[in-house]
Amino acid sequence: MLEHLAALIVVVPLVAAPLIVLVRSRRFAWIATTAASYLSLLFSVQLFWRVATLGPVSYAIGSWAPPWGIEYRVDALSSFVLVAVSLTASFVAPYAQRSIAREVARDRQYLMYAMYCLCLSGLLGIAITGDAFNLFVFLEISSLASYVLVALGPRRQSLMAAYQYMLMGTVGATFYVIGVGLLYLMTGTLNLADMAQRLPGVPDVRPVLVALAFITVGIGLKLALFPLHQWLPNAYAYAPSMATAFLAATATKVSVYVLLRFYFGVFDPARLFEHLPTREVFVALSLAAMVAASLVAVFEQDVKRLFAYSSVAQIGYITLGIGVDNQASLTGSIVHLLNHGVTKGAIFLLLGGVALRAGAAAVRLETLAGLGRRMPLTALGLALAGLSLVGVPGTAGFITKWYLVVGALERGWWWVVAAILASSLIALAYVWRVLEAAYLRPPAASAARGEAPAPMLAAGMAMTALCVYFGFETSFSAGGAADAAALLLRGLR
Amino acid sequence: MSVVGANYSYWITIVLMVGGMYILIARGNLLKKLLGLAVLQSSVYLLYIAPGKLIGGTAPIIAEGYAVYSNPLPHVLILTAIVVGVATLALGLAIVVRIREAYGSIEEEEILARDRADDDEAR
Repeated sequence: MLEHLAALIVVVPLVAAPLIVLVRSRRFAWIATTAASYLSLLFSVQLFWRVATLGPVSYAIGSWAPPWGIEYRVDALSSFVLVAVSLTASFVAPYAQRSIAREVARDRQYLMYAMYCLCLSGLLGIAITGDAFNLFVFLEISSLASYVLVALGPRRQSLMAAYQYMLMGTVGATFYVIGVGLLYLMTGTLNLADMAQRLPGVPDVRPVLVALAFITVGIGLKLALFPLHQWLPNAYAYAPSMATAFLAATATKVSVYVLLRFYFGVFDPARLFEHLPTREVFVALSLAAMVAASLVAVFEQDVKRLFAYSSVAQIGYITLGIGVDNQASLTGSIVHLLNHGVTKGAIFLLLGGVALRAGAAAVRLETLAGLGRRMPLTALGLALAGLSLVGVPGTAGFITKWYLVVGALERGWWWVVAAILASSLIALAYVWRVLEAAYLRPPAASAARGEAPAPMLAAGMAMTALCVYFGFETSFSAGGAADAAALLLRGLR
Repeated sequence: MSVVGANYSYWITIVLMVGGMYILIARGNLLKKLLGLAVLQSSVYLLYIAPGKLIGGTAPIIAEGYAVYSNPLPHVLILTAIVVGVATLALGLAIVVRIREAYGSIEEEEILARDRADDDEAR
């Protein structure tokens, strides 16, 4: 049983999805979803512990030995991402029941759970597989499921958002698979580790460079790297609350993982960062994201869109760490996969509760008026998670920024530190607009009082608690990320 | 001549790839955009399949008298990619049907204009 953990973590949610569709019961769907989410958390924590104590785990699917068969490979980086994804899932699953009951038509609810299970399975699969083509398949499983999750949103704009997300996502995946195809032509292998060993011996570098370009742009579309983020604000704004929380916390983060794996585990990082303008491109795009997307967020009236633009800016922090490219900055990038996931997850879970009580599909700033008096716990949670977005000491966001600043200073890049500070100040401006509405404006006479249903509130508050917890206790978050960063800089060997 | 002749499958791949991207970007009709996407994906099928075939090569079964084998792996991979492509197209068409039900149009401009009108009303 234990040696099959690596396969089970993907298989359990993958099997749950068709079961849910066959049984067609909302109650069964929710129980199966929750069970699959908690099992995946259990398995990934177990794998994380095994990797930390015994070293990387390699699992040959169907007993076909790698590099011929598909290898599932768990190392410090992938086990960290597995825990981050399944941790989010374990909060979203108990939240889902009440939220979906309210936002999705009765006869479609079980399908929503099925899509969520498929999406979870795909995301975990991306993180665990060691095969470039298998990764593409999981990428498309998770993406197709997330297009449906967005399309199930309560407003008709959800359909258009899902359509645009689908177009850009599919172009991204197609570019990725073109890149992998070129690498396969040049190396004759699809196993990522094997590919890394064979690439230096490839006589003609031009196809490899073209592959690098296709993979960078393709995955850049999936992770919403500025300026390829156009699909993100609408998709997050119009998706059902539970889907927004889950996708914002996991989908883009797992794509960053793919980028990290290719940059440090397949292409030669020395060549990538010294002979190509990778560093300049990533730092420039990241700084643009951090400043421009934050500024857009400041002027946004729809609260879900506001935080969606904030996500684009926060992804900028993650890619900034890749551009700075040293131990501290990569630690910052990887720990932000978890920290931002927890923070944005908490915010969107709590906003789902606000939308439910307001009885409106859209949460606008006016909707939040007097939230501090009407829903004191929800408002407190939004405030704490908002501070984590800004990066106030004592919250998870601060840990990330600390490592990024240390990394930038090691390079002597003062202007990057200045940009991080500027971006944090702009973040303070948009978080302040939310808090000002919640605490300083009087509630509208017609506004409903009372907190969201207990399971939803509990999930949101628990995730908020994690934002604060990871701000103080960093042995798992920053410790795990530092191990993963060290592994990346050793070329994943 | 050798640049075009020996590698003509790559040229077809490039034409399909660029053509697909062009349709995807330049057309406002949601259905035509999906067709562009399908063309783009077909270019990938060709990119994988064509180099796997050796002229005179047979299926990789060891037997007397056959020395040149074609690589079967790209075919298997592309079978999977075709399935993914079909699923994407099916989902895309389903979403377009729903969009037509909700908006009464599948022209991007008209739909976005209606969304803007809705937003103005909400304000």
